Amino acid sequence: MSSFRCFVLCGNMAGLELLSDQGYRLDGRKASELRKVQARMGVFAQADGSAYLEQGNTKALAVVYGPHEMRGSRSRTLHDRAVINCQYSMATFSMSERKRRPHGDRKSTEMSLHLKQTFEAAVMTQLYPRSQIDIYVKILQSDGGNYSVCVNAATLAVIDAGIPMLDYVCASTVGFVDETPLADLCYAEESGGVSSLALALLPRGGQIALLQMDARLHQDNLEALMDAAMTACKGVSKVLDQVVRQHLQEASLATGD
Amino acid sequence: MAADMRLPNIRKLVSLSLSAGDRRDLVVPGDVITSDSGFMRGHGTYVDEEKLTASVAGEVQRVDKLICVRPLKTRFNGEVGDVVVGRITEVQQKRWKVETNSRLDSILLLSSVNLPGGELRRRSAEDELTMREYLLEGDLISAEVQSVFSDGALSLHTRSLKYGKLGQGVLVQISPSLIKRQKTHFHNLPCGASIILGNNGFVWLYPTPGQQDEEAGGFYTSLEPISLSDREVISRLRNCLLALSAHKVLVFDTSVLYCYESSLQHQVKDILKPEVMEEIVMLTQQKLIEQEG
Repeated sequence: MSSFRCFVLCGNMAGLELLSDQGYRLDGRKASELRKVQARMGVFAQADGSAYLEQGNTKALAVVYGPHEMRGSRSRTLHDRAVINCQYSMATFSMSERKRRPHGDRKSTEMSLHLKQTFEAAVMTQLYPRSQIDIYVKILQSDGGNYSVCVNAATLAVIDAGIPMLDYVCASTVGFVDETPLADLCYAEESGGVSSLALALLPRGGQIALLQMDARLHQDNLEALMDAAMTACKGVSKVLDQVVRQHLQEASLATGD
Repeated sequence: MAADMRLPNIRKLVSLSLSAGDRRDLVVPGDVITSDSGFMRGHGTYVDEEKLTASVAGEVQRVDKLICVRPLKTRFNGEVGDVVVGRITEVQQKRWKVETNSRLDSILLLSSVNLPGGELRRRSAEDELTMREYLLEGDLISAEVQSVFSDGALSLHTRSLKYGKLGQGVLVQISPSLIKRQKTHFHNLPCGASIILGNNGFVWLYPTPGQQDEEAGGFYTSLEPISLSDREVISRLRNCLLALSAHKVLVFDTSVLYCYESSLQHQVKDILKPEVMEEIVMLTQQKLIEQEG
């Protein structure tokens, strides 16, 4: 509902007020407030690990296969660690305009590469020489912050597959408007000319897995933006932690040990 | 065609607060297990700033000074002596590659199979050329783990008459952690079918064979038509296995048999309906408890 209202607003006026005088954003959130996160692990029986995650109106499905023998090009085999293979795709119906190619275009390839770099920093690949881990992520509904939602969903799927990781990887997209950092941008804010920054974090140690920013921002504001991003990531990590623990409890009760 | 439809039912939520206190042994990646340096680091853990930290979500297991974390769901970790069922993926020089749900494809060497014509036959270059006559890509085999290589790949052998190529039957794939380790994994069930419970989670159901040919060395496959009653028993067993795995019940000969008996009042195709599944599994669990006590 809220995103619908955003679209209408965008259509009406060009110079949009992203942050009202009272400190509220377009969808009624405060500046540092995250969208509601809902997630489930183990949604597919056939895959080694799978997860579904909703962050506001952005919905993603992640599936993990592996570690398994190298398939396809043998030449990519690494003799000291596992190869991580990521594929990002968007469902044709995920945006207001129908998408022609679900994956393989320039934007998706770049996103796949970012996901790969993120998970190479977190997954303990050195334990599985000569093998391959496949991570497939699909956006079912797009409402901003696609990269971060994908990372969060994929983290849950990797944990579900029982693949060793140093820590959760949590990601968040933040923007800077009117001297105020906004956490967890929605589509209307992302497309409204905000300089945004995507951060993937290993929350416990505070290590950065990936940091991406392709907009102009004054150097003095960077620190405030980074702080906001870190806080947002840690907020996400709390929610993910709860989901994983809940899943563990349920599964261990089912096996009865 | 009559379609079977049902309303969505609400997931039963387990309250976290109820059992959070007494399940201290469940950890998630990044959780510090202990900061005491006197422990040894096992699977599923790593050392971060001299603190022993979990790297997978699962249950902590302590054996003396060794700490491991066992994930709930994982690929097959083979050990020497495990019985596995696998599928040939590749024929190479002097060896076959076998997919066994492991982290890497397993290897079956030409020198560790029984070829027709007795134990002491030498393996010549000719044998290398005719490897495809014994096992082809896509064939299913049962085998035993002979050794584990340093990179975690398994080496298999079929040097016994009970192992070898599998003929007519049904393969069911379940989680390897649901297979109970037992003295024997080959069973002739009294209901009229046989079962191979591979430790890797691959279960093979086949009609109980009659007389075995000693000469064929495990490469002979019968192509005799299977009777309808046998096929029905096998289909029922397959659905029972799926029911047991859906409710995370350990799979071994007794549990399969009890599940089969409890399912007899339903039609084979009905076993997969969620409510029937639940009922059958409940009955099975009751029988198992009665048998134990």
